Amino acid sequence: MNQMTDNTVYAGGFANPPVASAHAFRAAMNAMARPGTVQKITGATPPEGISPAAGSLLLTLCDPETGVFLAPDVDSDSLRGWLTFHTGAPIVAAEEAEFALGGWEALMPLDRFRIGTAEYPDRSTTLIVEVAGFDAANASLSGPGIKDTAQMGLPDPMACASNAMLYPLGVDFFFTSGSQVAALPRSTQIRAEA
Amino acid sequence: MSDYNFAYLDEQTKRMIRRAILKGLAVPGYQVPFASREMPMPYGWGTGGVQVSAATLTPEDTFKVIDQGADDTTNAVSIRKFFERTAGVATTEETEKASVIQTRHRIPEAELTEDQILVYQVPIPEPLRFLEPRETETRKMHALQEYGLMHVKLYEDISQHGAIATSYAYPVKVSDRYVMDPSPIPKFDNPKMEMAAIQLFGAGREQRIYAVPPYTKVVSLDFEDYPFEASKADHPCDLCAAEDSYLDEVILDDAGNRMFVCSDTDYCRSRREAGHVGRLGEEAAA
Repeated sequence: MNQMTDNTVYAGGFANPPVASAHAFRAAMNAMARPGTVQKITGATPPEGISPAAGSLLLTLCDPETGVFLAPDVDSDSLRGWLTFHTGAPIVAAEEAEFALGGWEALMPLDRFRIGTAEYPDRSTTLIVEVAGFDAANASLSGPGIKDTAQMGLPDPMACASNAMLYPLGVDFFFTSGSQVAALPRSTQIRAEA
Repeated sequence: MSDYNFAYLDEQTKRMIRRAILKGLAVPGYQVPFASREMPMPYGWGTGGVQVSAATLTPEDTFKVIDQGADDTTNAVSIRKFFERTAGVATTEETEKASVIQTRHRIPEAELTEDQILVYQVPIPEPLRFLEPRETETRKMHALQEYGLMHVKLYEDISQHGAIATSYAYPVKVSDRYVMDPSPIPKFDNPKMEMAAIQLFGAGREQRIYAVPPYTKVVSLDFEDYPFEASKADHPCDLCAAEDSYLDEVILDDAGNRMFVCSDTDYCRSRREAGHVGRLGEEAAA
């Protein structure tokens, strides 16, 4: 490792962790409670290639108790080093992950992630999916957290709809782009739109 | 406040609670287990709500605490002071000005907005607990949606009392899936649970967190021939004359005199300031 890499690994954490993580969590909670809405989330500067939004979610939610799966498109020594230094989270296989990070294609197939059990549906993976942006809605959402319907651009509406069919089991999604986050919990009903 | 981490709890505890809150929001009404901490107050005094509030607050929030609707009772005052000291947040007694409201056993009368978060203190989170004491069994009952026992309980109310006698902690079904204990709020408050604000529930002793996202369907259990009724004392408030608020009955003397007053003290105060006067309002002001 050269000096440059070292700095990327140790830098980029929350400047003031209690306050920054409180702000980041509020954004994450608002996103999860109101599917389809886009929230601003900042604070972290993760290594090259990872959005500040995804980095902020990782710093807010991950610690030595949560296994993180890094999809091949984001997995790198610098990200592993950064995550380990700032959170202590172990890097694990997809099947054991509490959190998974990557682009949509690299994270697939969806059915390898934990969906919880009938008695403990909370023991499921939360996927942090890096996306290009939040324009171009292709799905209509309804369900808890949504007043009537909401519109959202999803990488694969059919796959997300199949996940919702498993309710109350299933995975939950955060979508991140730049300093923005949106979420799609398993409770949301999805109808694909042309 | 510099002697404490922001909002008292350490960061790892907050992360654990935050993960539980997010799963709770993803599966509305399902009770997520969490590793409840010892708090500097006894179990039963709102330790669950305090931990959820601590994990939720940001320095910019304005915090309000109510105990049975009142801002000025022991529990409310001490929790408000706790967060003034450990989080340095602004506090208020006015519902409209609060961004996070921690509550014991009431929902404020004023309609909550999308910018607000309501945190409930919950004593017994399991609605089936008094019907089935074993946690292993109640978990299975939730997994299988086996809620017949709850309907039997409501039916027994009708057969014994002629009506559903359950008047608080009235069970609800959330988003057509989980039967949930709304905490011991009066059943008058149940219809308000379909609200614009995020609702978070914390049970410290029982180590459970659950949540209801905004606009989630919340249905009070009932029967076609005995529909749910959000009841209250059939009386206007004696201080502010409100006909639409939940009332407390106060015994005034040993000659049988009593008065009914709004349980929501902020609602009552704001109505009196707006010029509404109830039956005993003049005397009280004097």
